[in-house]
Amino acid sequence: MNIHEYQAKKLLAGFGIPVSKGEPVLAASGIDAAVDNMPGPVYVVKSQIHAGGRGKGKFKELAADAKGGVRVSFSADEAKANAHEMFGNTLVTAQTGPAGKQVNRLYIEDGADIETELYLSILVDRETSLFSFVASTEGGMDIEAVAHDTPEKIHTVGIDSLKGMTDADVAKLNAAFELTGVAAEDGKTLFPALYKAFVESDMSLLEVNPLVVLKDGHLRVLDAKVSFDGNAMFRQPQLAELRDETEEDDKELEASKYDLAYIALDGDIGCMVNGAGLAMATMDIIKLYGAEPANFLDVGGGATTEKVTAAFKIITSDPNVKGILVNIFGGIMRCDVIAEGVVQAVQDVGLSVPLVVRLEGTKVKEGKDIINNSDLNVIAADDLDDAAQKIVKAVKG
Amino acid sequence: MSILINKDTKILVQGLTGKTGTFHTEQALAYHGTQMVGGIHPKKGGTTWVSENGDSKGSELPVFATVKEGKAETGADASVVYVPPAGAAAAIIEAIEAEVALIICITEGVPVRDMVNVKARLADSKSRLVGPNCPGLLTPNECKIGIMPGTIFKKGSVGVVSRSGTLTYEAVYQTTMAGLGQTTAVGIGGDPVKGTEFIDVLDLFLDDPETESIIMIGEIGGSAEEEASEWLTAQAAKGRKKPVAGFIAGRTAPPGRTMGHAGAVISGGKGGADDKITAMEAAGIVVSPSPAKLGETLLKAIG
Repeated sequence: MNIHEYQAKKLLAGFGIPVSKGEPVLAASGIDAAVDNMPGPVYVVKSQIHAGGRGKGKFKELAADAKGGVRVSFSADEAKANAHEMFGNTLVTAQTGPAGKQVNRLYIEDGADIETELYLSILVDRETSLFSFVASTEGGMDIEAVAHDTPEKIHTVGIDSLKGMTDADVAKLNAAFELTGVAAEDGKTLFPALYKAFVESDMSLLEVNPLVVLKDGHLRVLDAKVSFDGNAMFRQPQLAELRDETEEDDKELEASKYDLAYIALDGDIGCMVNGAGLAMATMDIIKLYGAEPANFLDVGGGATTEKVTAAFKIITSDPNVKGILVNIFGGIMRCDVIAEGVVQAVQDVGLSVPLVVRLEGTKVKEGKDIINNSDLNVIAADDLDDAAQKIVKAVKG
Repeated sequence: MSILINKDTKILVQGLTGKTGTFHTEQALAYHGTQMVGGIHPKKGGTTWVSENGDSKGSELPVFATVKEGKAETGADASVVYVPPAGAAAAIIEAIEAEVALIICITEGVPVRDMVNVKARLADSKSRLVGPNCPGLLTPNECKIGIMPGTIFKKGSVGVVSRSGTLTYEAVYQTTMAGLGQTTAVGIGGDPVKGTEFIDVLDLFLDDPETESIIMIGEIGGSAEEEASEWLTAQAAKGRKKPVAGFIAGRTAPPGRTMGHAGAVISGGKGGADDKITAMEAAGIVVSPSPAKLGETLLKAIG
């Protein structure tokens, strides 16, 4: 789960981490009051969307030479004018795709006197199985480009989870950031506080780009991007209210209510598969035969008829879908449960596109019997290859 | 021969008395007499579990309060964990502390923070962990631990290792259809932090005299396939080499999205399918473009 910058900063501030003073704006009518609450004289108006690259982004509805999704303003009036121009419009950045994202929330922040910009993140390092800090003096930049062009400027510090963060870890980070004096002193409390926030909130990523050294020598978190470990949400109930459902695809939102792993894509062949690997492989084989998948959908191992029915309805609600491929290799998942769900869904919502069904594994005979004994217009397939070819042919002709 | 498990493996079940644990223990008992020797439940120690379904109907297993007690009473050398996510890591750590040699965690949805802690505990332990979020292991006609469907297996010569459950089944099914059969299939699981990686399993397959060829199935996210490819190249230079066919799921996956498995995500420009396929091919692995051609591709690799 992702959250907005202003939510991330509020969460971090709760761990004693220094952030700028700021006011979130959830409606255009709140803009003027939010700006008036800031001390000035410098104001930063920041679009709150779940995507990076906001500063360089462009608003679809505004002129091509209009300013981007993060605007520094030097008077209250200028800040208000910027905020009113941005609110409600669609911001297109390198990470949003061409459709862009509507800016429904803004964050008005107090300006900062910046001396230097640094990059810091904490992530799950899969190679070492540790939570690791990634540190670089190249703050405010595209860190992927830095890692690619100048890998020597990226430093990684892994933390022993049983010991927690040590003085030696802090010293390594201060050295990596080339911090001295007041800033290095700040580091002694800031870095352990960031680690504590990461661990105790079950984050999967905490990215601070930039972390800044102010003109007075102190450290401040100037931007914050946080993702949480979806598997740990059961023990972080307070985080549920931070979810912004307007940031999510309607079909994905519906799928999440049924605990289905569904991701909307741009193609025209809907897929229903059990298992994440097989679901990806099914998308891949559709592409291999010259068509494009409309979605990723893993119904999981413990799917019930109700869940399968819901999954089928979500797939058919996508107007781009011109054909459906059901691909099941039953292990935990039983083919008869899938078959019953498909039959039930078609009875409920009808079926106006070709449907190819491939069943294999646990209770395959019972599953095939259910499909065959229904009066559904189903194209049966023998194996994965056969199934992929049949659905692509049915859609492409 | 086989790797990790065989007809002599004695298995405890942590989470036996739940619905999932019961169903799969019945399936295991019905699979060539897999030696399930007991269950663990902190509050039901001293009771008896009775199978009520299928071919194992009427079979009884003792339930122990702790893994330590269960191991001492039965001589178990493996434990399979079906405990729900919130308690899964504690169950694994209990098995590590009881010095169970092989721990298999089937549970999907274990928080990554818990797994980071489990990995730290595993470092100096006497245990190997497979999983979590995995389908388990199966040695045909001998032993089934986990949730793989036994009917698609055939005793034979292929070692199967995979990050995906259902793609493991595809590889098994296709090598059965190709007439090759399997020595052992190992599902290492789809989480970013896990007990056993490709290299651990590949090492065992290279050592096993009955494993004549290997299928390795990866997916997007992380760099385990790249590391395994480099390792295979280094081993081949020492003369340790067997034909390997591979597949990577997720060529069409969009970056930044987690594709069902917690570990299947292309992030920060890393973990994409093309880099993995390039690395695997450089190591001499014959990579199948299609998940439907795994058996065929392995036959090509064997030559």
